[in-house]
Order: sequence, then C-alpha cells, then structure tokens
Amino acid sequence: MTPTAPLHDATASDAALRRFLHGLPGVDQVGAEQRAAGLGTRSIKAAAKAYAVDLAISMVDLTTLEGSDTRGKVRALSAKAQRPDPLDPTCPATAAVCVYPDMVPHAVDALGDSGVHVASVATAFPSGRAALDVKLADTRDAVEAGADEIDMVIDRGAFLSGRYLDVHDEIVAVKEACALPDGRSAHLKVILETGELQTYDNVRRASWLAMMAGAHFIKTSTGKVQPAATLPVTLVMLEAVRDYRIATGQQVGVKPAGGIRTTKDAIKHLVMVHEVAGPDWLDPDWFRFGASSLLDDLLMQRTKLTTGRYSGPDYVTMD
Amino acid sequence: MATFEYAPAPESRSAVTLRASYGLFVNGEFVDGRGTPFTTTDPATEEVLAEVAEADERDVDDAVKAARRAHTRVWSRMSGSERGKYLFRIARLVQERAREIAVLETLDNGKPIKEARDVDVPTAAAHFFYYAGWADKLEHAGLGTSPASLGVAGQVIPWNFPFLMLAWKVAPALAAGNTVVLKPAETTPLTALLFAEICQQADLPPGVVNIVTGAGATGHAVVAHDDVDKVAFTGSTEVGKAIARSVAGTGKKVTLELGGKAANIVYDDAPVDQAVEGIVDGIFFNQGHVCCAGSRLLVQESVAEEVLERLKRRMATLRVGDPLDKNTDVGAINSPEQLGRIQELVGVGEAEGAERWSVPCELPAKGSWFAPTLFTGVSQAHRIAREEIFGPVLSVLTFRTPQEAVAKANNTPYGLSAGVWSDKGSRILWTAARLRAGVVWSNTFNKFDPASPFGGYQESGYGREGGRHGLAPYLKGSER
Repeated sequence: MTPTAPLHDATASDAALRRFLHGLPGVDQVGAEQRAAGLGTRSIKAAAKAYAVDLAISMVDLTTLEGSDTRGKVRALSAKAQRPDPLDPTCPATAAVCVYPDMVPHAVDALGDSGVHVASVATAFPSGRAALDVKLADTRDAVEAGADEIDMVIDRGAFLSGRYLDVHDEIVAVKEACALPDGRSAHLKVILETGELQTYDNVRRASWLAMMAGAHFIKTSTGKVQPAATLPVTLVMLEAVRDYRIATGQQVGVKPAGGIRTTKDAIKHLVMVHEVAGPDWLDPDWFRFGASSLLDDLLMQRTKLTTGRYSGPDYVTMD
Repeated sequence: MATFEYAPAPESRSAVTLRASYGLFVNGEFVDGRGTPFTTTDPATEEVLAEVAEADERDVDDAVKAARRAHTRVWSRMSGSERGKYLFRIARLVQERAREIAVLETLDNGKPIKEARDVDVPTAAAHFFYYAGWADKLEHAGLGTSPASLGVAGQVIPWNFPFLMLAWKVAPALAAGNTVVLKPAETTPLTALLFAEICQQADLPPGVVNIVTGAGATGHAVVAHDDVDKVAFTGSTEVGKAIARSVAGTGKKVTLELGGKAANIVYDDAPVDQAVEGIVDGIFFNQGHVCCAGSRLLVQESVAEEVLERLKRRMATLRVGDPLDKNTDVGAINSPEQLGRIQELVGVGEAEGAERWSVPCELPAKGSWFAPTLFTGVSQAHRIAREEIFGPVLSVLTFRTPQEAVAKANNTPYGLSAGVWSDKGSRILWTAARLRAGVVWSNTFNKFDPASPFGGYQESGYGREGGRHGLAPYLKGSER
C-alpha cells in the first residue's frame, strides 16, 4: 500500500505507473460517503465558527471565469479580494484572485503588492483539448503576465483511456513552463475534474499521479462540470495528500472548487481538513476554496457573528 | 485560536422533564412498587436523575395478570389492522418525541447524543413502523396459514441500547397479538418509562404493555412467572444461561440474544481508509457496549502494520467527553461496575503480555470514563481475545491466509456477528459463507434494519429478532 520503492521507479514506464496506481488501496464508495456525511454533522459554534469563517475567507481563490470577463470586472474583484469587508479592517483578505490568462495583467495591476496571489487557469481550460505546445504557450503566457499560481487541467481523455504516463508527463511539462527567470516557479494547481473521472478509485489514482508529477496543489474541478467539488471527493483527496506526505515527506495542498456557496459548506470542508489530513493543512498555503459566491455568504455570517444580526446581501459588496 | 478547537455544542436538556420519582407501569397506569426504590444516575456526571420503583414478585404478578386480561379480552381479539393502527400511532409518537427520547437516553445511559439522535431513536421508530405493517399480514409471513399469538411475553432488556432494545422486543410482540411485561435494565429505566407515557398517549388498551423496573430479582420474577408464555432476553451470556435453565421444561418459548466477541476480518486488498472507519465504528460505537461489536480485529499480516498505523491516527481524532455535546464521538461508560470490569480485563491483557495503546485524551474528572484502547500482539490464547469486554477495547490479531482468518474467526464460543473487508467480491462471499455468525457485514459494520433478522450461534444465544423471522418466536404454529 504505502510505496516502499522510490516513487520515481513508478513512473519509469506506462506499465510501472499503471501497476503502482492500481496497487493503491481501493475506495469503498458507500464507506467514503458515509464518513463524509458523518463529518458534515459536526456542530461548529461561537469562537470556533468565528475562527473557521475568517480562515475560510483567507482561503478563497476569488474566481471569475466567464467569457464576458472584462478589465473592469477583474479590477473590481481584485479590490474586493483585498478588502472583502470595506467597513471592517480586521476582515482578512482572500488568498488569490483567479482569472483567465488574458486577464492576468489587470489583476496584477490591481493587486499590486497586496499579498493577494494572482492565479490563472491555463492549458486550454476547461476542457484541456488542445495540443501540448498550445497548453504550454498558454501557461507561459499567464506566468509571464505575472500569475504566480497556475491552475491546469489534466487530460481526462488520456487518464480514462489508461494513458497515465501521458498525463504525468504533461503535468511535468506544464510545471516546467511555470518556471520564472529568477529560478522560482509559479505554484501549480492540478485540476482533476473529478466529475468526469466518476469513481473515487479514479480520484485517488489521479491525485497520486498529479502529486508524483510535482503538483503543489490538487484541485477537484473546473467549476464547469457537474458534479464539481463534493465532500466525499474532497475526503478522498485529503486522504491522498495525507498518505503522500507520509510516504514522501512532501506536503501537497488541496483545493475544492465549484459548487461551494455557503458558510455551512465551507465549514464542513474545514472540519474534514482538520480531521482527515490534519491541522497542518488548515492554512491558505495548503487548502483553498475555488469559489465566486462563497465569499459573500462568509461575509454575511461574519457580520452576524460580530453584530448578532443577519444583514442580507445588500450589505455585502457585490463584485 | 491557534488550532481548530470546536467550541462546546451541547444539546439542550430542556427537551426533557425529569420527575423526582417514577412508578411502575401496570394496566395502563403508573403505580407504586412494593420493593425498595432505587436511583438512576447520569454516568457522565454521577448526578442522580430520579428515583425509580422496584417491582417485587407481587408487582410482577399484577403486571402479568394485567397483561393476561388485556390479551384475552382485548388485544388477541382485535383485528390485525386495528393493532397495526396502534403500532403506527406509537411509531409516529416516537418520531414526534424523538428529541426528548434521545436526550433522556443520553442522560441515563451516557452514550453520545449524536448516536441516540441519529441511530437509536430513528431505528426504534423504524421497527415500530415495520412491525405495524406486519400486524394485518401475519398469515402471509410464511409462518402458517392462521398464526395465533402466544399470550403474555416477559421481556428483559439490557442497558446498552435501552430504547432500541425495547422497540426490538415490544414491536414484534404486539404486532403478533401478544401482550408484554417488560423489565428494563436497572441503570437505564427512564426511556422505557417515557415509552409508557407514549403508550398512554397512543390510547393503547390498558395492560397491553406493562413496564416493571428493578434489578436481577425483578427480571427473575418476570422470567419465572408461571403465566408467562414467552421469554425474550437480551443481555449477558451468564444470565442467559440461568434463564434457559429456569424455563427448561416449562413449555415457554425463549429467545436469547447474548454476548459476542465478533471477528472483524481485514484482508490485504481492503479499501483501507473505509476499513479503518469500520473498525472504529465496530468497536468504539456506543463505547463498545454492543453485543455484536467487532472486538477482535483479524488483520492480514502483510498489511497489519499499516492498518494499525492508520487506526491509531484515526482513533486519536475521536472526541471523548460530554455525551450531550453534539460533537462527542465516545461517551461515558454506563456504570462504575462496568468500568471496573473493563479495567479488570484490560489489566489481564497487560499481565498476559499483550501491548496496550490508549488514545492520549483528557477524560472528565467525574463519572465513568475509559479512553479508546487497543491491544496488539494478541493471540487466541489471551483472555482478552476470548472474553467479551463490553467496552472500548479492541484486540488485534493477525492471520496469513483466508483459511486461517476463518478458522480464527470461528474459534470462539460466541457467534453473533462478523465483518469482512475486501475489494474482491468472491473472497467476501467465500468468507461469509464459512463464518459462524448471525450477521456478517461486508465492507461495513453495525448496520441495522428492521427488515433484517438478528441473532446468534452458540453462546450468543438463539432465536432471531427483526424481519419476518422476528415474528416467529411470538406466534403459535410457526416452528418452521
């Protein structure tokens, strides 16, 4: 189960990689869903809820991925990312703003040295259906424009047809394209698009595959395919990063994305991070929410915790 | 806050109105007992909850007479569909008063509110609904063309699932047309007395359900009463044997659900994270106070180390403490006596050379508590691998081949339940077919459904409860 041989042996050939990934312990669907549901019943109140709400805000990758995105939209989103609650300076900033590659310069410009990261989806997002050199060019374009985080999609077609080494090598190539002239590298988040992988066994295999290829983060979904992030899928991915760190000593982050809209949902995810992967992952460096509307609900809940009143959407900035 | 510490989330006690003292429930009314009243306490806090009447032989006799009258004059003459209506009404009332029952159960028993709320009470309601449906279909149950009720059922239930065991006993008995004299355990009588109120609320005819409280002597009086036609007991093997002796030759029908020492077999290809969850659920659910608990983990040697590592990591996340906190996973041990027995057997395990590991957690200063514990290096020769501990203590054994797993699993005087974990369907079926146990769960554990029969082999007792099979012990001409 836990690999005893060095992991690079596992990627020596397609056959070796298949043997390794299929040698990972299976995931029982009923059991995984039951565990996720059980963790979802934790009752988080008072100080713990205030802590969770602020932590969740600091983990949000505030995202706009629309064909209709404009410079103005991205600038507005960037402003909100830095000051989610204009009336309360104690409210933390979000982790990042996530946009399409051509919008990166506007986000970089608007965020300045605020500390909020600029994330960009690349590699022919969301389908990933393009030639490798196009994907690499897409990635380099975003990195050169100033994105310090790249969200790439894996080739689900290759994965589902069993060409694991192709998927692996593509991730490696994209990671190389994330390199910056100063020797650093943009953080690479690998989107598994779990809604298309269908089974939890596939989710676990894809998680390991991405981590072995050097992903800094594994991410559930593009947000363009349903179902997107679900609790059991995040559970399986959290188990994978936990096991991977035990096996290799390397920590990898997790980012559920798509469909997380309420504070309640976000807290359920944090409980899971806490109890499955462990407290080390309760940090924006290791856990993110890919979301656009979640922030508003977090802010409304935050106001309610401080004032005792639930204010409603008109009291939250709408960008 | 440096880490994600959950603030207390206590369930409100206001759902429950505790009375200072409780009487017996005989012939539809609460009456005084003639024995010496005793107190029942909250095992988590040692707080005295109430004083409860003790039924002596005369009280039991009154209850049996009331049950006999109700059977002859009312309940056995009533049509099945009419009886079904009462049972449906009880089921709905159990649902309506679910929160009250769950809180009271948690107070009296020490189990986490999470389990009382999400498992015990909903499953109890499900049993009443299920058997309500059978009440007018008895001739279609495959137990003969015109099955008839036996008469008065004397039922004695344990303290681990006080309300759920009541439902398991009362629902099929009433559906089949019998009347009942039930004795709850002396440490957990309160939800049974709340059920008596529910019977009143449902306008159940007087005498159909009678509840007599007390300890062993009261139970003996119920079981030994000449006019009881059927005895149903869930509890320890020791008491079960005494009951079997006392009713031998009397013509009374008997079902006994007794102890267990279930094997939970984990093969090397098991879905490992879910298996770990199943092991935890198997032994730490309800503080291990479960007769079908998976108290013997049989793990294939090739993966033993890894499974144990994962198991310990998972056990360390169990939240032990205030049972009324909605985030509590493991509650209080039901009584100081039971705690003493657990401590004694754990001491034996250490003395015999097994290696003990307990979760490093802070236990409340007051009340009866025991940290989730496992023993490694256990063999079949250890007492902790043979005797039922009935607490949060897991014995871990290893095996090398499927044959060995089955042989070790069956090498026990008990046979109530077993678990098998493997991703390979054929291996699960091969194993399940060879295990001598009333229930074999595969890739899950501790799942209960009213439609599914439950019962044991050998010293785990005989007879089945639940499902169509659970009607048979309450009907005449239903031997097959």
